[in-house]
Amino acid sequence: MLRASPRLAVMVFGALLLAIVISLGTGAAPAIGHFGTGLLTGTVWDPQAVRLGALTFLVGTIETTALAMVVVVPIGLGCALFLVGFVRPRLRSMLSTAIELMAGVPSVVYGLWGLQVGAPFVRTILEPALHAALGSTGIAGGPDLGIGLLLGSLVLSMMVLPTMVAVTRDVLAAVPDDRVEGALALGATRWQALTRVALPAARTGVLGAATLAMGRAIGETVAITMVIGNNPAFAHSLFAPADTMTSVIASEFTAATEPFHASALVFIGVLLMLVSVIVNAGARLLVRATLRGSLVRQRVAAS
Amino acid sequence: MSRTKVLASSAGSLLCVGALLVTFGLSSPAAGAARPSSASLAITGAGSTFDAPFFTKAFYEYGNAHPGLRVDYAAIGSGGGIQQFQQGTVAFGATDVPMSSSEVAHTSGGPTLQVPVDLGGEAVAYNLAGVKVRLKMSGTILGDIFLGKIRQWNDPRIAGLNPGVRLPDEAITVVHRSDGSGTTYIFASYLADTSSAWARGPGVSKSIAWPTGVGGQGNAGVAGLVHEIPGAIGYVELAYAVEDHFSFFSLQNRAGNFITPSLATVAADAAHKSKVSATNFGIVDEPGANSYPIAGYSWLLLHQRATSVKSGQALQALFVWLTGQAQSIAGSLNYVPLPSGVRAEAHAVLAEMTGPGGVALAD
Repeated sequence: MLRASPRLAVMVFGALLLAIVISLGTGAAPAIGHFGTGLLTGTVWDPQAVRLGALTFLVGTIETTALAMVVVVPIGLGCALFLVGFVRPRLRSMLSTAIELMAGVPSVVYGLWGLQVGAPFVRTILEPALHAALGSTGIAGGPDLGIGLLLGSLVLSMMVLPTMVAVTRDVLAAVPDDRVEGALALGATRWQALTRVALPAARTGVLGAATLAMGRAIGETVAITMVIGNNPAFAHSLFAPADTMTSVIASEFTAATEPFHASALVFIGVLLMLVSVIVNAGARLLVRATLRGSLVRQRVAAS
Repeated sequence: MSRTKVLASSAGSLLCVGALLVTFGLSSPAAGAARPSSASLAITGAGSTFDAPFFTKAFYEYGNAHPGLRVDYAAIGSGGGIQQFQQGTVAFGATDVPMSSSEVAHTSGGPTLQVPVDLGGEAVAYNLAGVKVRLKMSGTILGDIFLGKIRQWNDPRIAGLNPGVRLPDEAITVVHRSDGSGTTYIFASYLADTSSAWARGPGVSKSIAWPTGVGGQGNAGVAGLVHEIPGAIGYVELAYAVEDHFSFFSLQNRAGNFITPSLATVAADAAHKSKVSATNFGIVDEPGANSYPIAGYSWLLLHQRATSVKSGQALQALFVWLTGQAQSIAGSLNYVPLPSGVRAEAHAVLAEMTGPGGVALAD
């Protein structure tokens, strides 16, 4: 019996995943049965009145993740181009290690940093600056709290930046050297060779890197719960407090005693799992496509 | 395949099977936690964070006096305590709001007893660096602030209560609990009692659909946010407000006086209701010239029928002591000791405990 095969290990893992899906499904079933589609499309979250709709949390996750990606994609791309094209190998490995260490910092530390350093910075410097640029209504409306959508997105972007940089660096490095060297031989500058030859060749991989980073941002829980402001309403302004799928589960699950409350939270868990699986699967497919493409090109070049 | 690979994959499979069992095991509630053994008895409980300092000290002293008995308490919040008690994973729960009849109906393990165990108050703290005097506040105005109707500190209605104080032109930020909480319930019952708009709107519950504001996790989370955000206003247990040196309001009571929260003024409020029970437990906004209006009892949750006569006797003795002699420990830790009428009430409820199948606990 102990002479198990890798196939058995895979089967057990599959069964484990199935067990998780089944137990989540049975946990969410009472709320789905009671609220129907309103559970997904409802915008009121009032456990006491037994009116529970998850749309605000889905939108909160989309808003924080999208804002984080607006910050992460250009900065991450810049860092990766710099590491690949403009740094000597020894310094590159040192900088790469530093970035990978950033990825290993526990989430709760980012949350504490966000509260202690991020919130006062956002409240006293960033928000007044945005008021000056965008006015005091619309997306820059509301009082300067520090905590809220903007800080949540910034903390998220710091947390997923290492993923973006590390994967982009790898896919850029996978572009065959002869292409970059060819561009340089034709008189291109190093910057032109990187941005006009290497980057287009690696573009699906870069997209995959961004999607992987996005997957991390969607699932991040502890830090975002600490800095998002935990207010289950649509955030109409960058400065408004909000709530995400992860933060509402983290705040409310241990004390969910009202009818259907716990079940609705499990449903949000299912929703979160679906969104993460879709995003991660997309990322993997994209990265695999680029790496395979570059291998094929290398073989063609070698023959 | 190499030998190490075989070993690794077998170990992996075994781990998976173990994890599988755990995953499935989650859905079935564990049996009663108080398991008597020949040598020692361990009692586990979970719930209110408000009770935690008192329970920790009291259970430590009780354990010293009773070798072979260990009491463990997990401070996971009132809602969590109710949940764990309902599922039967703990021998007792503790909550700042008694279980409702529907919550009791969803409890496995037979009839539930609810016993008042300690008494405390809540302060409404604020963060206004420029204001040095203690501000006055009424429930009606507080209700409008928490409804988002009053948004500025220099609102004429706040100024009207505080003549002569220069209030800043600063936005008010409401800070509330993001987790389900007995503290929220007691605070909301004061608002509902004094503000009809609040009673018609958000109402009274452990989890409120807040019209405005930001949420913090636990008393510590709310206290931290009030510290952090200028112009913030939030409700915390009295001990947090006192220990963290917050500014907090004098609140208007039923008699119309503005009362500063303290152990004495909370005790004065509680003294006006000599009998409390799980269905009639509210003590907010009681009459009396010197009563501070936001106060509440915390409650023990027990199964009337213990899993064995021995564990039943141990639980009964422990909680008779906790609601009796141990109240002096509570008094030394910034709780208000239970009034004597409420102690007698608690002991009468504890006397209803039986062994399995209703057999008497007494020898």
